[in-house]
Amino acid sequence: MRAMSKLDLARLQFAMTSIYHFLFVPLTIGLSFLVAVLQTKWHRNGDEAYLKLTRFFGVLLVINIAIGVVTGLVQEFQFGMDWSAYSRYVGDVFGAPLAIEGLGAFFLEATFLGLWLFGWGRLPKRIHLATIWLVALGASLSAAFIMAANSWMQHPVGYQLNAAGTKAELTNIWSVLSNPVFVWAYLHVLLASLVMGGVVMLGVSAWHLRRDSDVPVFRKTASLSIGVLVPASLVALLVGSHLGVIEGTYQSVKIAAAEAQWTTCQPCSFSLFQIGGFGDPSEIPTKIVQVPHLLSLLATGTWNGKVDGLTPLDAQYQQQYGAGSYVPNVGIQYWSMRIMAYLGGLVFLLSLWGVWLLRRKTIERAKWFQRAAIWAVLLPFLINTAGWMLTESGRQPWIVQGLKLTRDSVSPSVSAAWVATSLGTFLLLYGVLAAVDGVLMVRYARKEVAETHATDEQGEPVVAMTY
Amino acid sequence: MQDLWFFLIAILWTGFFVLEGFDFGVGMLHGVVGKTDLERRVALNSIGPLWDGNEVWLVVAGAGMFAAFPGWYATMFSGFYLAMVLLLVALIVRGVSFEYRGKRDGSRWRHTWGGLMTAGSLLAPFLIGVALGNLLRGVPIDASQEYTGNFVDLLNPYSLFVGVTLVVLCVFHGSTFIALKTSGEVRDRANATARSAGPAATVAVVVFAVWTLLVADQGGARFLVPLVAILAVAAATWASRRGREGRAFALTAVGMGATVLSLFVALFPRVMVSSTAAAQSLTVQNTSSAPYALTVMTWSAAIFLPLVLLYQGWTYYVFRRRIGTNDLEQGAAD
Repeated sequence: MRAMSKLDLARLQFAMTSIYHFLFVPLTIGLSFLVAVLQTKWHRNGDEAYLKLTRFFGVLLVINIAIGVVTGLVQEFQFGMDWSAYSRYVGDVFGAPLAIEGLGAFFLEATFLGLWLFGWGRLPKRIHLATIWLVALGASLSAAFIMAANSWMQHPVGYQLNAAGTKAELTNIWSVLSNPVFVWAYLHVLLASLVMGGVVMLGVSAWHLRRDSDVPVFRKTASLSIGVLVPASLVALLVGSHLGVIEGTYQSVKIAAAEAQWTTCQPCSFSLFQIGGFGDPSEIPTKIVQVPHLLSLLATGTWNGKVDGLTPLDAQYQQQYGAGSYVPNVGIQYWSMRIMAYLGGLVFLLSLWGVWLLRRKTIERAKWFQRAAIWAVLLPFLINTAGWMLTESGRQPWIVQGLKLTRDSVSPSVSAAWVATSLGTFLLLYGVLAAVDGVLMVRYARKEVAETHATDEQGEPVVAMTY
Repeated sequence: MQDLWFFLIAILWTGFFVLEGFDFGVGMLHGVVGKTDLERRVALNSIGPLWDGNEVWLVVAGAGMFAAFPGWYATMFSGFYLAMVLLLVALIVRGVSFEYRGKRDGSRWRHTWGGLMTAGSLLAPFLIGVALGNLLRGVPIDASQEYTGNFVDLLNPYSLFVGVTLVVLCVFHGSTFIALKTSGEVRDRANATARSAGPAATVAVVVFAVWTLLVADQGGARFLVPLVAILAVAAATWASRRGREGRAFALTAVGMGATVLSLFVALFPRVMVSSTAAAQSLTVQNTSSAPYALTVMTWSAAIFLPLVLLYQGWTYYVFRRRIGTNDLEQGAAD
């Protein structure tokens, strides 16, 4: 086997650290909203159960925020460390949303998280409630600026190249912030985060229902999470599908690769499942099930829409950008798209099942549903990872679509040995952290809801969540 | 406008050390000022609500460099590669140990995370100090702004000394903070630490100031900021020996800020000196973004930075009370 080059290692490192970072980020965003809702309910109706739940899920939130924050630092540093040529080229455009993210969103999230955690009993109740909402706001604003930066890589707008052609320079920040890819991708990410928070909350609640621990309390979070999941998972699917149409406009190759569509078709059928056909145009795939017209509908939004094939698109790119191959890894595209969509659909079905049980008031006794809901906790992690593989791998070989190639973006001054050292270090560290985080999450998720000591009724302060 | 952004980046790094400096100090000292687990928790909880917000200053300083001076960010972060890996490891380990230490009982669990926190809190300011020192002292950079040196090139006496100075200052700053924010034996031990850290910090800052001026070799009124640093740290030493805790903390904050700022003052208008050829040094001119991007960022800084100062200031006000062992006994860590 050929030794891995600096470029391969740097890509692997970026993929590994980004996927890892994004296991925690959507959970933070989703849970922060759900915890804010729980605390609001407690504030509104004074029901002690909601206070207990707020603190119970608050601990799970905090365990995850810690990892999300520190692994975010790696993401920020990594552009300069591994991708200095990229950073020089795009810093003018790409750096601005990152800096604004720090100033306008991350400060908000981090500062108010401290206020929320340690402000129990010290801040007036109303203001304390506002702090958790500000944490949720900060977290979702953070994601907005990051998505604006990422969307610029998918579909660069609001820039021009400098005279020497060595730098992309920002000319219109509003174009960057109203990039259609950004608008839809951001909505998709927010919904995916809600789904993640909802599935985790449902899974934890189901675990407790299954063991008859604190049933009346966890019944409340089971119904809250199902109430969030039904619309969130459905709309996430629809928005994702529309995002596919948008990306298809600007990144036709990405969509064609996601369907392993080598030749141009009109109308196009959608293969639910296929074996082979990912390597090159001559490979004949074994299609198992095909749905006529569905691909036309998904990719273009019309019944008989035309989808360009990979072979003609590649030829067209070679004319435009010079010799080379402009086709991403088709197998990854095909399967990541399907894993995302199929598992997303599964989550929607699970939540419908939950609605049915809630209406019949049998959710406490539905052992099969509870078992399914516990295992479903794994789904959003797979779905999100697949979603990012689809987005990022599908942009290859470009780092910025049509502007700069990934292979020209790696740091010239860095050696393969350095990248390998750092990759090994982070693999080890992230592995340990995942284990510790997993152990702690499971431990705290299985705890009974804590008695909240002297609470509000007599005006007694609730104890802060200390270290 | 590039000059303004250089100034803002300098302020962000300075703000980071003034705030996170005492968090680093507390991280290093929590095992010194606290003999029992409860006492250690007192020390850690004194920064509990604050450290996360403080660390964002680093995130913004980094992102600000990326946006305003992509050339500087690219050369520095790729050039100092292995040091950056170590720094990230230190920051990650330290960050999660705050959360994880208290999440389980058992002395082995707590000792492990406590030890990692101490190590991370020491390593982080040291490495940043070495990196900042190297910006000024100069590292091999070629005509296309690429770093051509090796990891060992970063380990020169001046830069290592800058790292040591920042660590000593963090210890001093942290001890005056704990003394101000806690009560009982933790406070007494913090005061004792401050009394011995003060003179060491004063000596370190004097040597740092002189050495920095010699290395910078730029003349002018640049000696003023290091002079402020020396005076503030010396006055802080005096104040802490007199038991004036509030004053001592304010002065270590000034001393810390002026020390970090001295480095940037000595650099300007360069941002990263080339030891290969002076003409190949990176400057605010040859690494910056174009005027439009800088304008956008200036607007966002003008809107958000005052807000940040306002709500972070409010946080310090909310948590102004001293904490002691009896504050924690009732509420076991969740």
